[in-house]
Amino acid sequence: MNSSRFAGFLLVLPALTVIGVMFIYPLSYSFVDAFIVPAKDGGAAQFSLQNFATALSLYGDDILFTIVIVGISACLIALGSILIGGYLTLGENRFFVRVLAALYRWPLFIPFIVAAQCMRTFLAKNGLMNGVLVEAGILTPLQTIGFLDWRGIIITFVWKQLPFVTLLVAGAMAALDRSTIDAGRDVGAGRLRILFQIIVPQIMPTLIVALVLSIVIMMSVLSVPVMISGHSPTMITVEMAFRVNSYNDYGTANALGVISYCITGAIAWVYLRRGVKQGGKPV
Amino acid sequence: MKHSRMNASLQSGLPPRSMADWVRDKTGGGIVGTLALALAIFVFALIIFGPLTNMLLWAVTERWYFPHTFPLQYGFEFWHRVFKPTGNAVESLQYSLMIAVFTVMFCLSLAVPAGYALARLRLPARALILLLFLVPQAFPNIPVYINIARLFYQFGWHGTVPAVVLVHTLHGMVYAVWIATAAFSAVDPECEAAARDIGAGPIRTFFTISFPSAFPGLVASGIFVFLESLDEFTGTYFVGAPEITTLPMLMFRAGMEGNYQVASITALLLLVPSVLFMFVVERFLRADVLAGVGR
Repeated sequence: MNSSRFAGFLLVLPALTVIGVMFIYPLSYSFVDAFIVPAKDGGAAQFSLQNFATALSLYGDDILFTIVIVGISACLIALGSILIGGYLTLGENRFFVRVLAALYRWPLFIPFIVAAQCMRTFLAKNGLMNGVLVEAGILTPLQTIGFLDWRGIIITFVWKQLPFVTLLVAGAMAALDRSTIDAGRDVGAGRLRILFQIIVPQIMPTLIVALVLSIVIMMSVLSVPVMISGHSPTMITVEMAFRVNSYNDYGTANALGVISYCITGAIAWVYLRRGVKQGGKPV
Repeated sequence: MKHSRMNASLQSGLPPRSMADWVRDKTGGGIVGTLALALAIFVFALIIFGPLTNMLLWAVTERWYFPHTFPLQYGFEFWHRVFKPTGNAVESLQYSLMIAVFTVMFCLSLAVPAGYALARLRLPARALILLLFLVPQAFPNIPVYINIARLFYQFGWHGTVPAVVLVHTLHGMVYAVWIATAAFSAVDPECEAAARDIGAGPIRTFFTISFPSAFPGLVASGIFVFLESLDEFTGTYFVGAPEITTLPMLMFRAGMEGNYQVASITALLLLVPSVLFMFVVERFLRADVLAGVGR
C-alpha cells in the first residue's frame, strides 16, 4: 500500500509543481512585494506601507468604483438568475420554458473580450441600440445617451455572467424535492411567493458559490473595463496594468492586487454570512 | 395543472377554492399574462442577441457611419484584407492554434496521470489536492499574472511561445484535472479488476482498459482547455505582448484602434469554435462523468 501511495504522489506531482511555480509563488510574491520598498541608498529593501499609501491616494476612487460595479453586477445577476431559474422550474407554458432555456445560455461560451467588443459598438451613443430605439420611435435623437461608462461595464458583466450563475441555480432548482413546491401550491401560495419563500432559501448555498466565483471572474477581467471605459475613474484591474506598463511600478500594482484580494475575500465573507442567516446551509 | 384542478372543481359543481386563486389562474394563464410573458421573452432575446447581431453586421460592413442606423454598404472586402497571406490575422491564427495545441498537450500530459491517481490510487489529502487545482480560480488573477511576467522577464522568457503556453496551462489546469479525475472515476473498476485477474500488469491494464474507457471525457477536457487557451486574453497581454499576437490580442488592438470590421471578423473567428462546442459538449461529457466533476 505504501508503494501505491508513493506512485500516486509521483503521478500528481508534476501537475502540482505547475500550480506551485505558476501560482503559489507569484501569489506569495505579490503579498511580499506590496509591503516592501527599495531603500534609497541602494541598501536592503525594507518593510513599509508606502505602496498602500500611494495606491489609496491615487486610486481611492477607483477602489470604490470597483466595489460599486462588482456589487451592483452581483445583485443584478442574483436577481436575474433567480427569476429565470424560477420560471424554468415553475413556468406552466411549456413552449415559453423551452424557448427561455434555449435563449439564456448563449453568452456562456462567448469570450469576455468578444463580449466587450460587441458591447463597445452596441452601447455607444451612436451605436446600434440607440439607432434602433430611435428608428422604433421610442427615443428621439436628442434623448440618446451613450452607456460606455460604469453602466456599460455593469451591463457587459451581467450579460456575460448571468448564464453561468443561472445554469448552476436552475440546476439546483431542478434537483429540489418537488413536494415542498406542491405543498406550497396546495395551500394557495402564488408562484412568486413559492419562488422566494420556498425555493430560494433551499438553493442559497449554490447561488452563493456561483456568485462568489462570478465576482472573482469580474475582478480578474481586464478586457471589459479597458474596452468599455478605460478613462478614470475605472476599475483597479486597469490601474494595475497601467502601473506596471507605464511606470514599471510593481510595488503599487501589487498593493492594488492585495486590495483586490481583500475586496473579493470580504464580499465572499459577507455572502457566506448572509447565506447562513437566511437559513441556507453554510457552504 | 392548476387548470385541470379548477376544471375538475367546476365540473363537480364545487366553487374554486378561493377568489384570489381564481384571479391568479386567470392572469397567470390568461391571454394578458401570456402576451406579457411573450413580450418579456422577446425583449430578453433582443438583449441576448442585440450585441451579437451588431458584431455580425460590422463583420460584413464596408461603410457605416452616423446617423445611419444600419450599414450603408455590405461586402466582404475586409475579409479579403484580413485573410490575405501577408495580413496580421493569418499570423495571429497560427500563433493562437499553435499555443492552444501545445497547451492541450502539456495540460493533458499533466492531468491524465494526476486524474488517474486521484480517481484510483489511495492518496493522502486527496480532497485537499483536488481543491488546490481550484485555488487559482478563487483569486483575482491580474496580480498573479503581473508577477509571473516579472519572473519571466528575469529569465528572458517574456514574449515567447512557451511562456504563454505555461500561463494558459495554469488557466486550463482545473478543467483538465477535474474532468480527467471524473472520467477515470466513471470507469467500471470491475473491468480493471478482471483485466488484472487474467494476468495483465497495471500499465497494460491502464492502456487497454482505463484509458480507452475514459477517452471521451479526456477529449472533452482537452476541448475545454483548447477553447480556454484560444480565448485567453489577460495572461497573454501581460506575458506575451507585444511579441506574441494571438487572435484575442489582434482583436483587442483592432477594437481599440476603432477598426471595427477587423475586430468583428476576428471576434467571429473566436466565437465559432465556442458556439459549436456548446452544441456538442453533451455528446462528449456523459451525465455520469459530469455528475462526478469535483468529487
